[in-house]
Amino acid sequence: MAKFSLFPESASTIAGQVDGLFFFMIAVSTFFGLLVAGLVVFLSIRYRRRSDAVATDPPLLNSLRLEVAWTIIPFLISMVMFYWGASVYVTMARPPDDAEEIFVVGKQWMWKLQHIEGRREINELHVPVGQPIKLTMTSEDVIHSFYVPAFRIKADVVPGRYNTLWFEATKVGTYHLFCAEYCGTEHSKMIGSVYVMEPSDFQEWLSGGSGSAARSAAPVEVGRTLFAEKGCVTCHKAEGSMMGPSLVGIFGSERELAAGTRVVVDEDYLRESVLNPQAKIVAGYQPVMPTFAGQLDEEELLALVQYIKSLEPVDARDESAEAHAGQGEGNG
Amino acid sequence: MSEAAAAHAHDEHHHEGGFVSTYLFSLDHKMIGKQFLLLSLFMMIIGGLLALMVRWQLAYPEQPVPGLAWVPEPYLYDGIIPPETYNMLFTMHATIMIFFVVIPILVGAFGNFLIPLMIGTKDMAFPILNMLSFWIAAFAGGLLISSFFVEGGAAAGGWTAYAPLSAAEVYTGVGLGQDLWIISLVVLGISSMMGSINYITTIINMRAPGMTMFRLPLVVWSLFITAILLLLALPELTAAMAMLLFDRRFGTAFFLPEHGGEPILWQHLFWFFGHPEVYILILPGMGIASEILSVFSRKPIFGYRAMAMAMIAIAFLGWVVWGHHMFQSGMNPTMGMAFMTTTMVIAVPSAIKTFNWLGTLWGGNIHFTTPMLHALAFVSMFVIGGLSGIYMAATPVDIFIHDTYFIVGHIHYVVFGGSIFAIFGGIAYWFPKMYGRMMNETLGKIHFFGTLLFFNITFFPMHIIGIGGHMRRIYNPEQYEFLEPLLHWNEIMTIGSIGLGIFQIVFAVNFFWSMFAGEKATQNPWHANTLEWEAPTPPPHGNFLVTPTVYRGPYEYSVPGEKEDWLPQARPGSGVAAAH
Repeated sequence: MAKFSLFPESASTIAGQVDGLFFFMIAVSTFFGLLVAGLVVFLSIRYRRRSDAVATDPPLLNSLRLEVAWTIIPFLISMVMFYWGASVYVTMARPPDDAEEIFVVGKQWMWKLQHIEGRREINELHVPVGQPIKLTMTSEDVIHSFYVPAFRIKADVVPGRYNTLWFEATKVGTYHLFCAEYCGTEHSKMIGSVYVMEPSDFQEWLSGGSGSAARSAAPVEVGRTLFAEKGCVTCHKAEGSMMGPSLVGIFGSERELAAGTRVVVDEDYLRESVLNPQAKIVAGYQPVMPTFAGQLDEEELLALVQYIKSLEPVDARDESAEAHAGQGEGNG
Repeated sequence: MSEAAAAHAHDEHHHEGGFVSTYLFSLDHKMIGKQFLLLSLFMMIIGGLLALMVRWQLAYPEQPVPGLAWVPEPYLYDGIIPPETYNMLFTMHATIMIFFVVIPILVGAFGNFLIPLMIGTKDMAFPILNMLSFWIAAFAGGLLISSFFVEGGAAAGGWTAYAPLSAAEVYTGVGLGQDLWIISLVVLGISSMMGSINYITTIINMRAPGMTMFRLPLVVWSLFITAILLLLALPELTAAMAMLLFDRRFGTAFFLPEHGGEPILWQHLFWFFGHPEVYILILPGMGIASEILSVFSRKPIFGYRAMAMAMIAIAFLGWVVWGHHMFQSGMNPTMGMAFMTTTMVIAVPSAIKTFNWLGTLWGGNIHFTTPMLHALAFVSMFVIGGLSGIYMAATPVDIFIHDTYFIVGHIHYVVFGGSIFAIFGGIAYWFPKMYGRMMNETLGKIHFFGTLLFFNITFFPMHIIGIGGHMRRIYNPEQYEFLEPLLHWNEIMTIGSIGLGIFQIVFAVNFFWSMFAGEKATQNPWHANTLEWEAPTPPPHGNFLVTPTVYRGPYEYSVPGEKEDWLPQARPGSGVAAAH
């Protein structure tokens, strides 16, 4: 029998915070569990049947003071848990601004991952230590769930939408990656590994590694090509057109819709606008865009979204992006 | 059938109909209650055997199940469970235990048997609806069992049937079996709705003179609240099931994203039903435990009104906590916070109830009968299930333990440790009134201690392996290198579950032996106050020889100044403690 430890190994910045809250809850629940079980046993023995059938002293029937006490105390403890839990939850829900993005596509029964530079992996994920990583995830078929016990993170990978998850690994090593949501016959074989590497090793791995087969174009480049090939560029010109709005700089902005409501442009909105263009029409435009459902797979969609995110107004760019400027204007 | 039924309706006080009208299509609420009880106990055997197969696979993966070499392919291969069958096993185990065991016993059996007797009336408001409710439930059970034998086997989408996995045949390979699963639950929903309408109407309109709402025994309160929850929750589930069936068979896309559907919608619909469902499973158990604890402590229940109010609070809050099942489904954190708060707050009424049960014991004169032992176990085990539930309210912790064995341990402490102990206690307590004979106390105690011990061996380690990262619904844990240090727990739990199964044979023997050969019961063997003990044992069709009049609350035990330590609700009397 191996050495017993309650929690799996912890190797992310969030793991310690989750475990701290977890320990607090275990302490509270053990205390109350033992208190109640102890009282059940103690009271049962103390007040077991006595020889005389009728109780001699009038027993306690009701007590407002006690009722109030055992209403208020559990309430206060639960509010401590809420506050503590909520503060960790907020950290978990908000990826840091400097997080590197990695794309995840789940399918029965494998994980497909792609780095922003283009390198693809299957059932394996290489990441540098000490670098926040943001996963943008979707599924090709049913719901899966991306679960790395050592990082204390888990999020469902849902078809038809993007879910995100972020972590920052703190220790070099190999960690298990599982699908936690039951996803069909071979669910239990949907297993992978996360390799946490020194940043220098990671760069080396990223730039060459095990041969050119694993290398492919960066998603943003794939997206640029698709934007031209699928004809998006015809209507969505950089300067805008009668047919469609310009997409330059729209990511993260708020748009007014024809229906009068407003929407923040995020990955899910872009995805929906490609697949179901009639759902949210921007004010001032006609619902003329055809759907691209069935013409793009999940990875192509991610690439296209990535490209649209990269479109920034010319004046907002720094010099290093100068080289892309011409193409950006041409296609946007 | 309708002839017999009609003949029966005219024949209220004498029970001399033929076999068919007495035992099959009876309109008597007591017989219908007993029918529900037997049907559910039969289903419990099936559900239990499925669970034992699941446990076998987890402890001894891909080794032949002893004694099952005869099962044909593709269900088993020389006794070895393939993943397709494994997925079917845990899906059907949960479906059967929740929908065809715990609900029908608590609501169908105890609800039917107890409500008219305890409120002092002769039958349910709608006896024919009541009879139909049983036979529709039996039909639904038949549909579900039949799904094992169709091509592709029974449903394998998990009892939660998350779309799109459950919404298209291609994802699980199960065709007709999943459709039958859906239809069976829709049909069962119709039965439950009939029952609920009946219970609500009966409790509101047919209470005996003097039986005010705050003189109702807590078990009747719990059944009343449960009936309201069922009435509101089930139509919503039925609608969701219909949508799922349409997605599978008629080309709609409510939940299929490739045609614009939304998989998360299913989760909202399912858990909007599913969380009130958890309280449907536990509230009547709380009611039963309250009755037994008061009677065998020979003491009034501590804080009667607080107990009733706490159940009402749980019933209300139960509607606004469903999102805690979906924290990692991709929820807006603002909404997540709201669900966190409500889930934390629901711990409060549960704590009130627990401490009031302890207050009931305090200063009592405790009789350790079999029903009392089960009620004491209910309190202790329910507390573990309740406390492990709070972990789900703290989102960061929930995200870590979601879909692990911690959750499986939690639900079993609530539904087995809570509801099933209450059911065993309730059966032993009301058996004399049901069958006119006492259950055997020795066998009852052997069954109790064996069940308590092996229950904990089977389910407590689930918390430990869950925290260790052991996921639920995995076919072969040996595929996971990091679970190796935890695998011996799987063997311990499986041995525990076999022991648990063996001790249930003691219960079955006691149940049937006592039914025919047990010691004859007197009218009120426990010296209890509530109205069912005013009726003859066993009560005739029509229940009471004279409609009782109620003078006081249900729990006036050990009233100072009284000669005896009990003071029945229907006894006009000394008035020393007519305080209620």
